[in-house]
Amino acid sequence: MNIVVLVKQVPDTATERKLSSDDNTLDRAASDGVINELDEYAIEEALLLKEKHGGEVTILTMGPDQATDSIRKALSMGADKAVHLVDDALHGSDALQTAYALSKALGTLEFDLVVLGSESTDARTGIVGAALAEYLGLPQLTLAGKVDVDGQAIRIQRATDYGHDVVEAQLPAVVSVVEKINEPRYPSFKLIMQAKKKPVAKLSAADAGIDTALVGLGNAATETVDFAPAPPRAAGTVIKDEGDGGVKAADFLAEKKFV
Amino acid sequence: MTHGLSAEHEELRRTVEEFARTEVAPVIGDYYERGAFPYPIVAKMGRMGLFGLPFPEEYGGMGGDYFALCLALEELARADSSVAITLEAGVSLGAMPIHRFGSEEQKSTWLPRLCSGEALGAFGLTEPGGGSDAGATRTTADLAEGRWTVNGTKCFITNSGTDITALVTVTAVTGTRPDGRPEISAILIPSGTPGMAVGQHYSKVGWNASDTNELVFTDCRVPAGNLVGERGRGYAQFLRILDEGRIAIAALAVGLAQGCVDESVRYAGQREAFGHSIGRYQAIQFAIADMEARAHTARLAYYDAAARMLAGEPFKKEAAIAKLVASNAAMDNARAATQVFGGYGFMNETPVGRFYRDAKILEIGEGTSEIQRMLIARELGLPA
Repeated sequence: MNIVVLVKQVPDTATERKLSSDDNTLDRAASDGVINELDEYAIEEALLLKEKHGGEVTILTMGPDQATDSIRKALSMGADKAVHLVDDALHGSDALQTAYALSKALGTLEFDLVVLGSESTDARTGIVGAALAEYLGLPQLTLAGKVDVDGQAIRIQRATDYGHDVVEAQLPAVVSVVEKINEPRYPSFKLIMQAKKKPVAKLSAADAGIDTALVGLGNAATETVDFAPAPPRAAGTVIKDEGDGGVKAADFLAEKKFV
Repeated sequence: MTHGLSAEHEELRRTVEEFARTEVAPVIGDYYERGAFPYPIVAKMGRMGLFGLPFPEEYGGMGGDYFALCLALEELARADSSVAITLEAGVSLGAMPIHRFGSEEQKSTWLPRLCSGEALGAFGLTEPGGGSDAGATRTTADLAEGRWTVNGTKCFITNSGTDITALVTVTAVTGTRPDGRPEISAILIPSGTPGMAVGQHYSKVGWNASDTNELVFTDCRVPAGNLVGERGRGYAQFLRILDEGRIAIAALAVGLAQGCVDESVRYAGQREAFGHSIGRYQAIQFAIADMEARAHTARLAYYDAAARMLAGEPFKKEAAIAKLVASNAAMDNARAATQVFGGYGFMNETPVGRFYRDAKILEIGEGTSEIQRMLIARELGLPA
């Protein structure tokens, strides 16, 4: 079974993240790039499926040159090869354009399954998986907390507020995962050393057959018009228990619509 | 890249740094307080391949080198020394003698399990009557009818009594040399061999989440094939193992020294006194600057010793210097960091409280600081 894992490089959530004041896109120089956390779970799930069913795991990343670091890390975890979609024309693409561009890049690959994290820690739109499935005309199995493959059938547990749904489809399919699905492995030194020998193919927009009139900041369907830093956290409310602390706490929660 | 590390070494360093920060630091304090061995953490270290770092892939190793092991030890010890010494002893004392001196059969039998971290090896050198004076070994091994019979007591043996301990390699007197001095050999004793008893589990000042025991051998019999390396070469083999081990302990000490810097910088930026964060006061700044300088120079010392060893050059003096200055740095930084923390530094739940308790042994284990000075003096050609 050949699996493609979509890996996005995002700014490290442990550092201060900024948008660029020029065009309201991410300032990639302001912080270190790391693999989007949920994509690490996607890589792990793909590796587990490969260990069970055989085949190859390919990393597909759309991003600027420095995304190479994250690709190497993904290969160090045990993926077999990578495709790096990199083109200045893609700069500033929104979630829909990203899904379109990735669908074109996937068109150059043979795969049975596409796995990705259910959202990224930077933009957090959470729609790339669904949009990508639409572009590809494939079934979408989103928010998977468990994945089982049996022949051509794939079954997932979709995490919900009340527990989970069981959703089934036929391969090929697109699966997005949530973090409870597994525990991503740390790269071993052997794999770190092997990673540098693994093939990373660079793909331009033209190579992928992407219509550049449809991608990039100027052609985006959505626009970030303004941004502001998160307000500093307000001081907490102290409730002194004078025999009615429980009632006051309940009133507070009701007022905030928590109960 | 930093310090001229290769991209692969740097990637390993960052991986272990992240592991130590996210998997070790948050939970190790509890194991430490209970004096419990952190099996789940050791299992994760095993899955990352840390126990196989310097061993060839054909025996289940990672195909890395000793420097890779040292980098991993430093990053682990930045968070906690108990897990670092468990790795150090497992690799450089438990598995390394078998890898370096063992027979093909011993290697293929034991190394894959030791490399995976599913099993731990231990190394029994120190005895109640002799540590630094390794030649004063009292334990005996007599060969008769194809079996070694081992009698004696070994003490302070790391990793010797865990649920996953698979073997201990011990030094024993196996005869008398032509010059009248004792002939010392190394014998591999699998865990559970009748006549081998795990004695007292020590109450230690530090390294409380690591396993240290006394081992008592009473007519403990193993096959003749359990001799590790050549008969009569046990002592010479150990000297080589100890020379390497000093670089590893130096790396571990640098990790502790750096952990003191990390914690002090963090705390000095948060804690306020007399209207400012204490990090604004020069008394604190200078103390932390000195700590960083000690950690940095000690790191360079062990990098140099490791580079010489990997290049096949003599490294005995440099290893002794690295061990000496790194254990000094660890001790000095632990004392200074505890002072930066004030009363909180005296609490066991703060990492620096743990660092303070863990630092002292570094001036003692795998050759005391006095032994390091003796070795340096000897290498300088001073009269023996």
